Amino acid sequence: MSWFSQTLTSSIGKKLLMALTGLFLISFLVVHATINAMIFYNDGGETFSHWGHFMGTNPIIRTLEIGLVAGFILHIADGLILWKNNREARPVRYAVNNASANSTWYSRSMGLLGTLLLIFLVIHTAHFWIPNRSNQFATGEELNLYQMMLDIFQNPVIVLIYVLGCISLFWHLLHGFKSAFQSLGLNHVKYNGAISFVGTAFSIIVPILFALMPISIYLGWVN
Amino acid sequence: MPHLKVESDIKNIGMEGNMSLSLKVWRQSDKDAAGGFEDYKLAHVSPDMSFLEMFDVLNEQLIEEGKEPVSFDHDCREGICGACSMYINGRPHGPLRGVTTCQLHMRSFKDGDTIVVEPWRASAFPVIKDLVVDRDAFDRVISAGGFVSVNTGNAQDANSLPIAKESADDAFAAAACIGCGACVAACKNASAMLFVSAKISQLALLPQGQAERSIRAEKMVAQMDAEGFGACTNTGACSAECPKEISLENIARLNREYIGAKFSSSAV
Ligand code: HEM
Ligand code: SF4
Ligand code: FES
Repeated sequence: MSWFSQTLTSSIGKKLLMALTGLFLISFLVVHATINAMIFYNDGGETFSHWGHFMGTNPIIRTLEIGLVAGFILHIADGLILWKNNREARPVRYAVNNASANSTWYSRSMGLLGTLLLIFLVIHTAHFWIPNRSNQFATGEELNLYQMMLDIFQNPVIVLIYVLGCISLFWHLLHGFKSAFQSLGLNHVKYNGAISFVGTAFSIIVPILFALMPISIYLGWVN
Repeated sequence: MPHLKVESDIKNIGMEGNMSLSLKVWRQSDKDAAGGFEDYKLAHVSPDMSFLEMFDVLNEQLIEEGKEPVSFDHDCREGICGACSMYINGRPHGPLRGVTTCQLHMRSFKDGDTIVVEPWRASAFPVIKDLVVDRDAFDRVISAGGFVSVNTGNAQDANSLPIAKESADDAFAAAACIGCGACVAACKNASAMLFVSAKISQLALLPQGQAERSIRAEKMVAQMDAEGFGACTNTGACSAECPKEISLENIARLNREYIGAKFSSSAV
C-alpha cells in the first residue's frame, strides 16, 4: 500500500478525513443557511430566487457542487466504516455501563445522529435538489424553488421531519465542530476557548435558522 | 447540640467492619469458555478496606467453601503498576476520578450496595480468566517504537541538555501513564489513543526522543491499528476515567505527530 492510502486507511487518517469533510460540510451550511435566510425578507421570494438562480447556474458554484457531493459521500462512507470498525473493537458489551459518568450521550451517538441526518438528507434532496437539477438537465429551466417551499411546507408532517432533522444537526454539530479541531491536532490553550464558543454558537444558530424556515412558512409568516 | 454529634459518631463507629454487600462478579474458567455472572454475599466488610482487600476476603470465603477463588490482576496495590483492572458498576476503576482499583476504598460504597464487577472489554484485550485480561497488545505497541535507542555510553550530564520547563512538565505528566488500559475499557470504541498518545508525547517532547520521532509515531500507530483497537471519537471518556488523569491534549499531539510524520517522513 502506498504511504498515502496507508495514511488515509489508518485510524487517525480516517478521522483526519472525517474532520476535513466535516468542516467542509460546515462551510457549506454557512452558505446554504445564508442564502435560504433570504426568504425572511418576505418579498415574495425575490431576493431568495435571485441568489438561488446564481447558485444554480454559476459555473464555478456548479463545479464546487461536485466537490460538495463528493464531500458528503466521503463523510458518510468514512463515518459508517468507522462506526463498524469501532463496534468490532468491542465485541462483548458491558452488562452494566455508566457511560454518562465520563462522556456526553451525543458525543457517543455521532453514528446514530449522522444516520438520522442521512435519512433527512434523502428526504430533503428528494424535495428540492433532485427535482430541480433533473429539470435543469432535461429542459434547461430551473424550477420555482420558492413556490415549491410554500407548497411543501403546508404539510405539518413534513415540517415536523424538517424540525427533527435540525435537532439532529444541532447535536451532531455540538460535538462534531469541536471534535474536528481535536482530530486535526488543533488543541491549544490560546484557541480552545474560541473554538468551543464558536462551535456552540454555530450549532445553536444554524439549526434554529433552518428550522424557522418551514415553521414560518407553515404558520404563514413567510408567504 | 453536641451530644447529637457524639451519637452520630457512635453510629458511624458501629458501622465499621459491618458493611454488607452483594457482589455480581464475572466468572470465566478460561479464554474460550462462555463465562457468566456469579452472585456473592459478603458481611462484615470494613469501610477502610481497599477494593482489592474486599476481594481477598471474598476469595478466602470461597476457598473455605471449597470453591475456586476469583482471579484478578494486581501487583503494587499502591496505584503505580497499572495491573488492577476491574470494571466496577459500569466504570473502570470504580466511581472515583483519578484512582486505581487498588486505591479505591469501601467507604466509597454504602452498606447494602450491589456491586457489579466485570473485566475490561475489548477485542484487543481478550479475557484469560475471570477478571484477568491479556494486555500484551500494549506491550507490542511499545515494542513497535515506544523507546529511545541508545545502545552505548553513559547518560550525559543533565545540564548539558537544556529542556524548556513547559516541555519537561508536559512530558512528565504524560509519563505518569501506568498502562492500565482503563482508557481502552472506558472508550465506546475500545480505542487505545490516550495510552499511545501518552507514550508518544513523553518522548516527542524531549530532546532524547527527536531522532526517532517520525518513525516512532508511524510504527506505534500502525501497531495500535493492527491490534484491533478502535478509532477516537473524542468523547473524552478515556481521560475522565484515567487514574493518572492523562490529558486529551496528548491525543491532539499524537494526531499532529502521526499526520506530520506520514506527510513528511522519508519512509514511503
Ligand atoms: C451537513 C451535514 C453534516 C455535517 C456538517 C457534519 C459534520 C461533522 C463533523 C464536523 C464531525 C466531526 C469530525 C471529527 O470528529 O473529526 C462529524 C463526525 C461524524 N459524522 Fe458528520 N456531518 C454531517 C452529516 C453526516 C452524515 C449524513 C453522516 C452519516 C453517516 C455523518 C456521520 C458522522 C459520524 C459517524 C461522525 C463521527 C465519526 C467518529 O468520530 O467516529 N455525518 N460530522
Ligand atoms: S492513559 Fe491512563 S487509563 Fe490509559 S493506560 Fe495510561 S494510565 Fe491507564
Ligand atoms: S495494583 Fe498496581 S496500580 Fe493497582
